[in-house]
Amino acid sequence: MTLNRRVFIGTGAAATFTLGAPALRAAGHGKPRVVVIGGGAGGATAARYIAKDSKGEIDVTLVEPSRMYYTCFFSNLYLGGFKEIGDLGHSYGPLAAQGINVVHDWATGVDRAAKTVSLAGGAVLPYDKLILSPGIDFVEGAVAGWDVSAQNTMPHAFKGGSQTELLKAQLVRMPQGGTFAMVAPPNPFRCPPGPYERVSMVAHYLKANNPTAKIIIADPKDKFSKQSLFQEGWADRYAGMVDWIGSDFGGGNVSVDPAAMTLTIDGEETKVNVCNVIPAMKAGRIAQIAGVTEGDWAPINAADMASRADADVYVLGDAAEQGDMPKSGFAANSQAKVCANAVRGALTGSKVFPAKFSNTCWSLIDTDNGVKVGATYEATPDKIAKVDGFISATGESAELRKATYEESEGWYKGITGDMFGA
Amino acid sequence: MMRGRLVTLLLAATLVAGAGLASEPGDPERGAAVFGQCKTCHQIGDGAKNRIGPQLNGVFDRKAGAVDGFRYSKSLKRAAADGLVWSAKTLDAYIENPKALVSKTRMNFRGMKDPQERADLLAYLRRFSDDPANIPEASPTATGTDHDLDPAILALQGDPEYGEYLASECLTCHQTSGANDGIPGITRWPAEDFVVAMHAYKKKLRPHPVMQMMAGRLSDEEIAALAAYFKDLE
Ligand SMILES: Cc1cc2nc3c(=O)[nH]c(=O)nc-3n(C[C@H](O)[C@H](O)[C@H](O)COP(=O)(O)OP(=O)(O)OC[C@H]3O[C@@H](n4cnc5c(N)ncnc54)[C@H](O)[C@@H]3O)c2cc1C
Repeated sequence: MTLNRRVFIGTGAAATFTLGAPALRAAGHGKPRVVVIGGGAGGATAARYIAKDSKGEIDVTLVEPSRMYYTCFFSNLYLGGFKEIGDLGHSYGPLAAQGINVVHDWATGVDRAAKTVSLAGGAVLPYDKLILSPGIDFVEGAVAGWDVSAQNTMPHAFKGGSQTELLKAQLVRMPQGGTFAMVAPPNPFRCPPGPYERVSMVAHYLKANNPTAKIIIADPKDKFSKQSLFQEGWADRYAGMVDWIGSDFGGGNVSVDPAAMTLTIDGEETKVNVCNVIPAMKAGRIAQIAGVTEGDWAPINAADMASRADADVYVLGDAAEQGDMPKSGFAANSQAKVCANAVRGALTGSKVFPAKFSNTCWSLIDTDNGVKVGATYEATPDKIAKVDGFISATGESAELRKATYEESEGWYKGITGDMFGA
Repeated sequence: MMRGRLVTLLLAATLVAGAGLASEPGDPERGAAVFGQCKTCHQIGDGAKNRIGPQLNGVFDRKAGAVDGFRYSKSLKRAAADGLVWSAKTLDAYIENPKALVSKTRMNFRGMKDPQERADLLAYLRRFSDDPANIPEASPTATGTDHDLDPAILALQGDPEYGEYLASECLTCHQTSGANDGIPGITRWPAEDFVVAMHAYKKKLRPHPVMQMMAGRLSDEEIAALAAYFKDLE
């Protein structure tokens, strides 16, 4: 692909071709152009690395509707009272200061033949390489009785910001002895330990403020990540509070009624005070509009994160069908670096290194009680494949759990710094 | 690369070293065909049941001997008690030569010598266990390209005198006569086999907590020294 294009440009636009530079130049435009859609863990990192490492040789535009990025990571700690909402917000100012053209708008269309992106505000952005990192959207009809119009009654809080705040407000308003319900999502979904860390943090809040309250989780799965660690923690710290109903007990057979605030599990209706519905997920809509999805997700080449449908479009993070990698901020950030390296190589001829990926997900169970699971991955022709990994053990010492939690604090500072360069 | 090394690591104690490397990552489609050889005894997939052998859904990350309602051999139960867990590494070794890993296993299979065939088969079996995308701690699906046992370690020349000193610790359990009473004899063991076996314990590839612990604090030089000593011990 690249070769053909280079040949074409090299002969057709020779006048703008700098001596000896392998740079790809769009006709009539000084620098190669990269457009990034979505300023989250994947998109912000990719934009920043391409701009930083190309030292001005590549024009980078980041399209993101929000002025502040509220992380989902650590949003559970906000529910538990360990963080303020302000701790989770990050401005795009630093990215703009680093020379990235930050456009606060929605991307509404992608014309892959013309290589342009259209924005809700009417602008049309041409690109040489397009990077999509739009995160997730929800599968319609995934939970009977729920659709996005019900999200202000029964929040998902699986996108950052106002949804997280709403869920916290509902938690705080729960009557004494009330019921907090969660409808957990089916695989695959962003942050495999996320719902269960959330349960831990909600339990932590309730134990201090509403100790007779109950938590029920209706789960369409029969197991989940770090299950033995979470269940050990729930039994040990929040005895009698948490009731997890897996698929074997009908946890997958649910419906909700937002008006009546009821949750029906396997035919049994329960009145609940908070209902956190986390529906099945799919790639953010713009990936589908761009025509790079197959089913719910966008297949990619593991070596460079390029879409299998179009070598000039890359898909990062949750929206990608990322093989063995779990959908996490860490993973999106890791993929963004592989992608940035490949995009820069394709556009400026810089050296491209073999793809290496890694991920670690920390979860907080209770004060100073952190656990983690992590792995390394490599690109195979087939997918991003897991090659090695580790997980915290049950029964670990309090010191180790505290050290693990402190590690996660360091990671949060690290990844947000890496995304925004603040 | 690594797959070949690991196989060597595990099996050198009983086999001539040099088991080959799979030249490409395992292909589950080809593996489905290879599974034909296993089907007389094993079922996998929706509704799989125990037959002559246990059903194989979720075999990755499963403790050995842990399928409900299956009657295992004593030997397999012992390996299970030692902590054998099925993973790409241990399954690869087991399929290559069942008796090398579990001496008196009832799995009556001569072994699959072709590393590529094994890689394909494992890729197929892997599909019926937890997916790391959903359960990040689930078993790997590929072997890394990073080297595992440095060839320099194998090349180390041990000092038999130092080995004799260190061996006093081993001989508390392993008899100098080489007898196999509950604890295997280790005398006259070819040096290279000794080294790979000890490194396999050190890396916790071979199960057995005591041996993992003993090997775990031996340096590369110390293992080489022990190997040099035991190879000539009559
Ligand atoms: C409760 C919870 C806890 C979590 N905890 C952790 C954790 O501890 N560690 C961890 O690593 N991960 C964690 N995650 C997962 C992590 O948040 C996601 O995996 C990560 O954000 C994915 O990055 P992304 O770039 O794919 O998407 P996002 O970070 O969601 O970014 C997508 C961005 O794209 C924008 N966008 C979408 N559509 C368009 C469009 N059409 N035009 C322009 N912009 C668009 C959105 O506004 C958004 O800012 C957690 C998630 C949740 C829900």
